[in-house]
Amino acid sequence: MRHLLSAADLDAKEAMRVLDTAAELATLTDRSVKKLPTLRGRTVVNLFFEDSTRTRISFEIAAKRLSADVINFAAKGSSVSKGESLKDTALTLEAMGADAVVIRHPASGAPHRLANAGWIHGSVVNAGDGTHEHPTQALLDAYTLRERLRQGSGDLDGLRVTIVGDVLHSRVARSNVLLLSTLGADVTLVAPPTLLPTGVETWPCTFTYDIDSVLPTSDAVMMLRVQGERMQAAYFPSAREYSRRYGLDRERMGRLPEHAIVMHPGPMNRGMEISADVADDDRSVMVDQVTNGVSVRMAVLYLMLGGSTEGAA
Amino acid sequence: MDAALTSGDARTVLDENDISRAITRIAHEIVERNKGISDLVLLGIPSRGLPLAARIAAQLERIDGGVVPLGSLDITMYRDDLRLRPARALEPTDIPARGVEGATVVLVDDVLYSGRTIRAALDAVSDFGRPRAIQLAVLVDRGHRELPIRPDFVGKNLPTSTDEKVSVRLREVDGFDGVTIMGGVA
Repeated sequence: MRHLLSAADLDAKEAMRVLDTAAELATLTDRSVKKLPTLRGRTVVNLFFEDSTRTRISFEIAAKRLSADVINFAAKGSSVSKGESLKDTALTLEAMGADAVVIRHPASGAPHRLANAGWIHGSVVNAGDGTHEHPTQALLDAYTLRERLRQGSGDLDGLRVTIVGDVLHSRVARSNVLLLSTLGADVTLVAPPTLLPTGVETWPCTFTYDIDSVLPTSDAVMMLRVQGERMQAAYFPSAREYSRRYGLDRERMGRLPEHAIVMHPGPMNRGMEISADVADDDRSVMVDQVTNGVSVRMAVLYLMLGGSTEGAA
Repeated sequence: MDAALTSGDARTVLDENDISRAITRIAHEIVERNKGISDLVLLGIPSRGLPLAARIAAQLERIDGGVVPLGSLDITMYRDDLRLRPARALEPTDIPARGVEGATVVLVDDVLYSGRTIRAALDAVSDFGRPRAIQLAVLVDRGHRELPIRPDFVGKNLPTSTDEKVSVRLREVDGFDGVTIMGGVA
């Protein structure tokens, strides 16, 4: 694995390798020394052009647990706020010897540009680009699904996963559709027509406008955050109407099968896409998702930087 | 150690019975050296150190009657040659519930060669706590050490040249028991 830019970069075998590696690395939390020497002397730069708490901290912990040196570079308070271009920022990082760059950027495709423009030699991990992709989120979701519903092994063959909400602006949904379908899951998207992207019928999933019709046959339901900051236009009449028609409340949760789990990539808008009592329910696995995020990101960094770089695909 | 038996010039140096006798002897030596099995923890290094450790544990149980905590220690993340090859898949690490603090840890591996695996294992163990002592049991010691490391319990000393290849096969992994040497100037 040279870069991780899209969930589509991973075939089923590679994705399983990340999940299996993450499962072994998860046992690190039980040790007295929660650190491995594997990436000693390597430098990982967290390049965040967009606000993020859990993803940045998750990558930071993951890199530190592998003994890499971590530099956090936030656009606010850096030369970027003085108008420096992505290229010049990248050249600076290259001059400082970054082995991997974890990038979050509001522009879709920025990580791809960074990886392929020849500005840097290190690996690039996409930590969320615009409304495009967020592959490590999909990996941690796949890990959580496997841990909760498949006893932590094998693929996700036949697992029915329903993703609900603002699919149009969601990089989490895009990456999840790609990765979960690669792993054999049947993904259904649920959204109002205004929040489904054009061309969704070509994605490897099905879609519907009616949440209540799919809940009884879902093994997992993933609620997406309503992204107010990405909405320049009105996509639905009112927050209350959205919540009534697409929000997950106690009554809707009752329609899920007994074993089904509720997921959310965070941060949650309690009372909007998910009600507070559902968010705090035992079947909601948001805390697991955050925990698993560290293991999965350790696995990605290890597989990317842990071996020889020559000849690695 | 590696790959399947492909070459026709493999010489068998230990058969099933030899391996079984070696394991029994190692178990007796462990009991003798440590005056019993109290505070012993056996850690097998995957993949083939693991079934060997289990067999030694079974023998210890037969000799002494007590149960010896048995675990698995993957050393991949501690290797000094990680950057020479593409990233490797990890093997399970499973430390017994009692931990290693104050214990006498016996590391078990199939072949002792350069000593680099054991160097990595010593680092890995110390991340789980501070054992009272660490000892090393190997089925085959083929020499050519590159580090100041020596085994405490050896199934068989096998003088080899570096262009020979020693293969340990165990029924838990390979379906049959046997140690063979291939290549070199036979």
